[in-house]
Amino acid sequence: MKVRVNPIDCAAHGLCAELLPEWIQLDEWGYPAIDGDELPEQLVAHARRAAAACPTLALRLQDG
Amino acid sequence: MSATAAPTTVRVSVGFDDGPSLAAHLRRHGGLPVVPAEQLLDAVDASGLLGRGGAGFPTGRKMRTVAAGKGATVVVANGCEGEPASGKDTLLLTRSPHLVLDGLQAAASAVGAKSAYLAVHAGSRAVPVLRAALAERRDRIGVELVLVPGRYVASEETALVNLINTGTALPTFTPPRPFERGVRRRPTLISNVESLAQVALIARHGPSWFRTVGDADEPGTLLVTASGPPDIRRAVIEVPTGTTVGTTLAATGVDLAQCQAVLVGGYFGTWFDAAAADELPLTHRGLRAAGGALGAGILVGLPRTACAVAETARVATFLAEQSAGQCGPCLNGLPAIADALTRLAHGGWHRELGPALDRWLTVVPGRGACRHPDGAVRFVSTALQVFAADVAAHRSGRPCPAHRSAPVLPVPTPRSAR
Repeated sequence: MKVRVNPIDCAAHGLCAELLPEWIQLDEWGYPAIDGDELPEQLVAHARRAAAACPTLALRLQDG
Repeated sequence: MSATAAPTTVRVSVGFDDGPSLAAHLRRHGGLPVVPAEQLLDAVDASGLLGRGGAGFPTGRKMRTVAAGKGATVVVANGCEGEPASGKDTLLLTRSPHLVLDGLQAAASAVGAKSAYLAVHAGSRAVPVLRAALAERRDRIGVELVLVPGRYVASEETALVNLINTGTALPTFTPPRPFERGVRRRPTLISNVESLAQVALIARHGPSWFRTVGDADEPGTLLVTASGPPDIRRAVIEVPTGTTVGTTLAATGVDLAQCQAVLVGGYFGTWFDAAAADELPLTHRGLRAAGGALGAGILVGLPRTACAVAETARVATFLAEQSAGQCGPCLNGLPAIADALTRLAHGGWHRELGPALDRWLTVVPGRGACRHPDGAVRFVSTALQVFAADVAAHRSGRPCPAHRSAPVLPVPTPRSAR
């Protein structure tokens, strides 16, 4: 599973970086920079929580 | 290095001076033969044609993917030519519109399309020519002319699909890619107009003929737009793929000895110093190996008299203004990069900008819905490498005297000039 952001929908609320700091860092404008690698198993639950919490639903989890 | 017998081979550009009428077209090319769908797909595959819009993806494979889609498909011919330093698509459309329209019909039949579009920038001088050309034809598959607003990213694939579907010419998030789900949610083939002109020739003469010139792996001919000293004016030339940058520039009247560097691939492309550029082959593979990209076949020679830093700053400012403003990293990052370069070129630079610029050039690419920020960053990054000595001089407060002189690299809007 991989984490992606729809950069058009993203409005830099930054919740994702708070809920998944191991995988997501914010740039200096507040937009998430996301590790593109396969998400480790132990972070999947956190990633789901981050995606559900995104106010614009820009954060996506993708298989493969 | 691939050897080339002659600097130019006239195929797509044959009869460019004989007028754009259907009668003139039929005189120089004859009629479009009726080729069964599967046979044309095989022919385009076997030809080895790579798309001429910039990415260089195999046209045959793209057509086959769309043809395999469910139900009726759609074809969009992209003649927008967003790159300011390019002129080949507009020239092709104004001089030989029927060759492109033949290719569009052939491709549409081959992929099972029921409707076709031809997209050009609103206000392009190709528009009246295309209206006249469409009125002259009795095509099986109707072609609708789509007028695209003048923004650079409006001609990006997903933006064209979005424009046709919703009237908004802005890129969209992928997947789905247009070949999966595009115009009216149907599998959509988006093909550059030069690629379609080549398809029209392949339909007539077959893949073996197509492969008789050019590079063995990336065969055929290529329209190149070149500009540079002495007179800077743009010229379009058709050369076999694999022709060197030096040979191509010489054939268009650009004097490489008067150039300090050559921009290969346009404003999404890569700078090479003049000596390094000379022997580079015009192939995707060859240029990739040299750290560049062929893009849409654009060469710009920068005169020795120009200030490379000021030119880079001006183009970076243009590219920042061309952001659709949809994605944060592009919306914020490109203006920050452009501002730093402008300060470097003309004054106001400070020490902290060095690490900041390096950081922005690292953090911005790969994070937009489209590739606009990636291309802009590549342009700036290679400029900083190739013009490192000039950059160092500017940083230490010794800008070249030419930084105030008239701009050389073309940008369409005067407000981005400084």
